[in-house]
Amino acid sequence: MWIAYKTIVFKEVRRFARIWIQTIIPPVITTSLYLLIFGGLMGSRIGQMQGVDYLHFIVPGIILMTVIMQSYANTVSSFFMAKYNNSFEELLVSPTPNWIILMGYISGGVSRGFCVGLAVTFTISFFVEIRPYSLSILMATFFLTSIMFSLAGFINAVFARTFDDISIIPNFVLLPLTYLGGMFYSIDILPSFWRGLSSFNPIFYMMDSFRLGFLGIGSVELWKAFMVPLLMILLLALIANYLLNRGVSMKTE
Amino acid sequence: MALALSTEKLTKTYSNQLKALVGINLKVEKGDFFALLGSNGAGKTTAIGIICGLLKSTSGSVEINGLDQKTNVNKIKRMIGLMPQEFNFNPHEPNVEILINQAGYFGVPRSEAIIQAEKLLKKMELWDRRFDIAQSLSGGMKRRLMLARALMHKPEILILDEPTAGVDVEIRQSMWLYLKQLNKEGVTIILTTHYLEEAESLCRNIAILDKGELVEQSNMKKLLLKAKHQVLIIESIDKLPENIVVENCDCEILDDHTLQVFQGESTSISDVVVALSAQNINVSHLRSAQNRLEALFLSLTN
Repeated sequence: MWIAYKTIVFKEVRRFARIWIQTIIPPVITTSLYLLIFGGLMGSRIGQMQGVDYLHFIVPGIILMTVIMQSYANTVSSFFMAKYNNSFEELLVSPTPNWIILMGYISGGVSRGFCVGLAVTFTISFFVEIRPYSLSILMATFFLTSIMFSLAGFINAVFARTFDDISIIPNFVLLPLTYLGGMFYSIDILPSFWRGLSSFNPIFYMMDSFRLGFLGIGSVELWKAFMVPLLMILLLALIANYLLNRGVSMKTE
Repeated sequence: MALALSTEKLTKTYSNQLKALVGINLKVEKGDFFALLGSNGAGKTTAIGIICGLLKSTSGSVEINGLDQKTNVNKIKRMIGLMPQEFNFNPHEPNVEILINQAGYFGVPRSEAIIQAEKLLKKMELWDRRFDIAQSLSGGMKRRLMLARALMHKPEILILDEPTAGVDVEIRQSMWLYLKQLNKEGVTIILTTHYLEEAESLCRNIAILDKGELVEQSNMKKLLLKAKHQVLIIESIDKLPENIVVENCDCEILDDHTLQVFQGESTSISDVVVALSAQNINVSHLRSAQNRLEALFLSLTN
C-alpha cells in the first residue's frame, strides 16, 4: 500500500520536475514582476499597510498565491491527463485503494506547491529580507492551503471533460478569490460591507494566518484562520473520495 | 480441474441501455490458454473490463481462482495482468518508468521492479529504448511495452486484448513463443484476437461471444472437428480439363490452373487428391480457402 503511495508521489514529482520550464520558472518570473511593480515602483507611494512597508506586506500573499495556484494546477492537470490518455487505468486495475490514490495525487500537489513556493521565496529574498515571525504557523498554513487546493484541483479534474474545463476554475474563481482575499491589502481598510463579504472567502483566512506567520500581523484569530481550511479539507476529501469510489467519469456506467 | 475464472450469468447493460453481456457463463481452467473470440461489439472488452475491475457488472458473478470478485477485489487484482486493446499509458513517460510504476501500484518494491523491468524490456526487445518516452515507439513496440507492463507483478492470470494488432510478423511469432513459454510456466492466459489463426495456433479452449451472448464454449480441437465443410483451392501444373468430377464435392474452375472444391462431409482431402489424379490432374499445390476456425466463427456468429 505504501509502496503504491510512494510510487504515485515520485511519479508526480518527476512529472513536474521534468517540465520545470513550465512549472517552476513562470511563477518565479511572475513573482519578480509583482515585486518590481507593486513593491518597488508603487510600494513607496503607498507607504505602509498594517504598520509594515508595502513591499513586505505583499510578500506573504505572493508566496501563498503561488502555492494555491501550483497545488491546484498540479492535481488538476495530472489527473485530467491521466483520464485523457487512459493511463489512470493503470491504477484502476491495480489493488491500490482509492484513498491511497487520492493521497498520492494530493501529496504530488503539495510537493509542487512546496517546491515552487520555495523557489519563489528564494527569489523574493533578493528583494526583501525574509525573517519569519513563526515558522510553525507558516508551515501549518502552507500545508492546509496546499492540501485544500490540491483536493479542489482533483475534484475539478474528475469532472473536467476538455482542456477548457481545467482552466476555468483557476482563472475565473481562484485568481479573483486570491486577489480579493487580502493579497495586496488589509481587509481593515475595506468598508464594513466588503469586509463582511471577505469573511466568506476561505482564502482570506489562509492569507491572514500566512501573513501572521511571516510578519506577525493578522486580522482574525488564529484558531479561526486554521479551522476554515481544515473544514474545507474535510469536506473536499469526502467529496473526492466519494467520486473515486463511484468511479465518476472514470468507469463507464 | 480447478478454475482460474468462472462467471455466472454475467450481465452488463450500459446506461444507454446497450446490452453488452447477456448472462454469460464462462469457465477457464487454471493453466489454460483460452481464446475469447467475437466480432467487434460482441462484448469481449466489456467482459474483460468486468473481470479486471474496470467496469461494474449489472448482475451475475465473477470468481477468480475460487474467490468472489465482489468480496476480494484487491486480492483478485493482484492475480491478474491486463494488456488492454487501447494504448493506456502516459505517452510522455519513459518506457522503463511506465513498467516500474506499474509494479509499484501492485506493491512491488522499486529495487525488485527495476530487475523485472530489465528482464521484460530485454525480452520484448525494448531495452535500447528504455529511456525514450512511450510516444516515440512504433505501434508494435507500444503493444510489447503493454505486454511487459502487464507482466511486471508476475500475475497468475494474463488477459490479452488484441495483443498482436499492428505487430509485424517476426515480432508476432516471437510474442507467440513467449506467450507459449509463459503458459508452460503455469500462467493462465485469456486471449482475445481478430487473428483467428493466432487463436487456433495458441489456444486449447475457446469461447465465442456474439451480441453479448456466449454462443460456443469448447475445446479447440473438438470445435475444429465441427468444421465439416472445407473449401479447397487446388492448383495444377497442367491446364485443367473442362469437366472435373469429385464424388460428394462441388467443383468450380477458377482459371486454367486453379480449381475450387467444396469438400463434402464424408470426403477426405486424400479422396479429393486421388479423384483428381484419376482424371490426370497433377496437384501442385493445395490450400484451404478459409481458415477452419474462421469458417466456424462466421457460421456461429451468423
